[in-house]
Amino acid sequence: MKRNYGPLYAVPQSAWLLVFFAAPLVIIVGYSFLEKGLYGGVKPHLSLAAYRELANPALLGVAFRTLWVSVAATVVTLIVALPCGYSIARSHNQSLRLFLIIVPFWTNFLVRIYAWISILGNEGFLNDILRTLGVTSESVQFLYNQWAVILVLVYMYLPYAILPLFTSIDKFDFSLLEAARDLGASRFASYRLVLLPNIRSGIVTAVLFTFIPIFGAYAIPLLIGGKDSYMLGNLIADQVTKTRNWPLAASISMAVTLLSGLAAVVFLFRSRKGEAVAEVAESGMDSPGPVGRGGSASGTGGPAGATGATGLTLEVPA
Amino acid sequence: MKGRAVGLRRKSSFSDTIYFATILFLFLPLFVLFTYSFNAAKGGTWAGLSLVWYEKLLFESPTLWRAVFNSAVIALGSATAATILGSLAAVGTSRYRFKGRGPIKALSSMPMVLPEIVVGVSLLVFFAGVGLKLGMLTIFIAHATFNLPFVFLLVDARLDEFDPSVIEAAHDLGADELQTLLRVILPMAAPGIASGFLTAVTLSLEDFVITFFVSGPGSTTLPLYIYSAIRFGVSPVINALSAVMVCGTIALVYPLRNFLKAFAARA
Repeated sequence: MKRNYGPLYAVPQSAWLLVFFAAPLVIIVGYSFLEKGLYGGVKPHLSLAAYRELANPALLGVAFRTLWVSVAATVVTLIVALPCGYSIARSHNQSLRLFLIIVPFWTNFLVRIYAWISILGNEGFLNDILRTLGVTSESVQFLYNQWAVILVLVYMYLPYAILPLFTSIDKFDFSLLEAARDLGASRFASYRLVLLPNIRSGIVTAVLFTFIPIFGAYAIPLLIGGKDSYMLGNLIADQVTKTRNWPLAASISMAVTLLSGLAAVVFLFRSRKGEAVAEVAESGMDSPGPVGRGGSASGTGGPAGATGATGLTLEVPA
Repeated sequence: MKGRAVGLRRKSSFSDTIYFATILFLFLPLFVLFTYSFNAAKGGTWAGLSLVWYEKLLFESPTLWRAVFNSAVIALGSATAATILGSLAAVGTSRYRFKGRGPIKALSSMPMVLPEIVVGVSLLVFFAGVGLKLGMLTIFIAHATFNLPFVFLLVDARLDEFDPSVIEAAHDLGADELQTLLRVILPMAAPGIASGFLTAVTLSLEDFVITFFVSGPGSTTLPLYIYSAIRFGVSPVINALSAVMVCGTIALVYPLRNFLKAFAARA
């Protein structure tokens, strides 16, 4: 008689996650409904004050700014990542080209931020060049504004967009493009009407991998940005460590989690519907992923299994 | 006809241009760090070749090396814990069907989806609530927690690939549960386990946001050290350190990747 050992194997990890992941989350949810204590912490009185405060115009301003910065950075990332993924997929030397994308990310995240400060700073590389060329006589402050933050965000998240796009373009049957051209589509139309719909799942994954972490960004706006790039992540951190309003930190955390979760669900749902036509479901990503968050995530299904099932719609619009 | 073929080519060379421009963009910071690490002056202006920052890095930066040591301990420790727990759970959920399997699988990937800042804040509040002093232990716990889903998913994906009848054959031939686990399942899952472990080490070394919230005095990790260096006076020692780190990682990871690939192909 064979025993079922399954639960036995799963117990240690589940216990760990219940204690150190689920319990802290439950506490955060609970705190968001309590009154704030005088010196941090909470008072055991039920209250909706923390949620009412979410409607505070200053806070809404930060929320909209966060949304704008995230959308802008995601769009730019996508526009750059699409041709890159295409170029890698069509290259004869795919692994070298992927390798080159990944190498810069073997430096520490903080070191990369530091490097951008050395480039954009007052005494930085860019100012040095501009002065040497005689374009400017005094140094220009490129740092501590929204554009610097968007630039560095794009830098940080490009690979996370390029990898899933490459994977899905690599699976695309390029003879479909030729067919579209033979049937009279212009080059642009064939890309727009044939390529893009067929790599939809890659696009969705790329958007999720960039938008969600950017929406919760903390370190980059803190170190690269200024007043005009204070984002929700910074607001949460300051409520915890400076203002010590834990219920408000909790309620903003809830809002951020729900919003990014909602974005994920909406995106996944839309992509599913589009692919339902004729799908050659192909799970199991066998791309040579990088060592690191992007690669491992794209190799295993990503947030909510976004990467699996690369749809190949067999309808060719004439 | 001919024109069309050429047209398609030309389009791909447009994307190649973007690709190479992107590579330049991605390598620019590395290039700047490397150059500045040999700069005799402290600021951005070039003042001649010098190894002074490497000297300082080697002989005059005890707190930096302390941070490197802390990071290494945390990375190896949390990756080991996550690898053991995550691999066992993946074996359990992929080989057996039982009540609660679905929720366990869902729970196992959730920490990956949550924004980092939320994970960090919730752990801070939790540790404060249970009265655990912030330090190396709390960083270890936090890192093991965010590493778990990656190990679990990588091992799970690996286990999905192979034929379950091999395990039945082992049972039919008289192997008990432990023998099957040690001699059949774990060797087959080894590439997944190895890449899970390496991913966990990398993520742990890399993490700043979550560590920032759960660290205490005396538990400065390398990212936290760099953070304070940025905030309270930039030192070009960081340039030298980064240059060493990039070279070190390439020297270490590239052979390892090839080794892993060969390993995966063999298994």
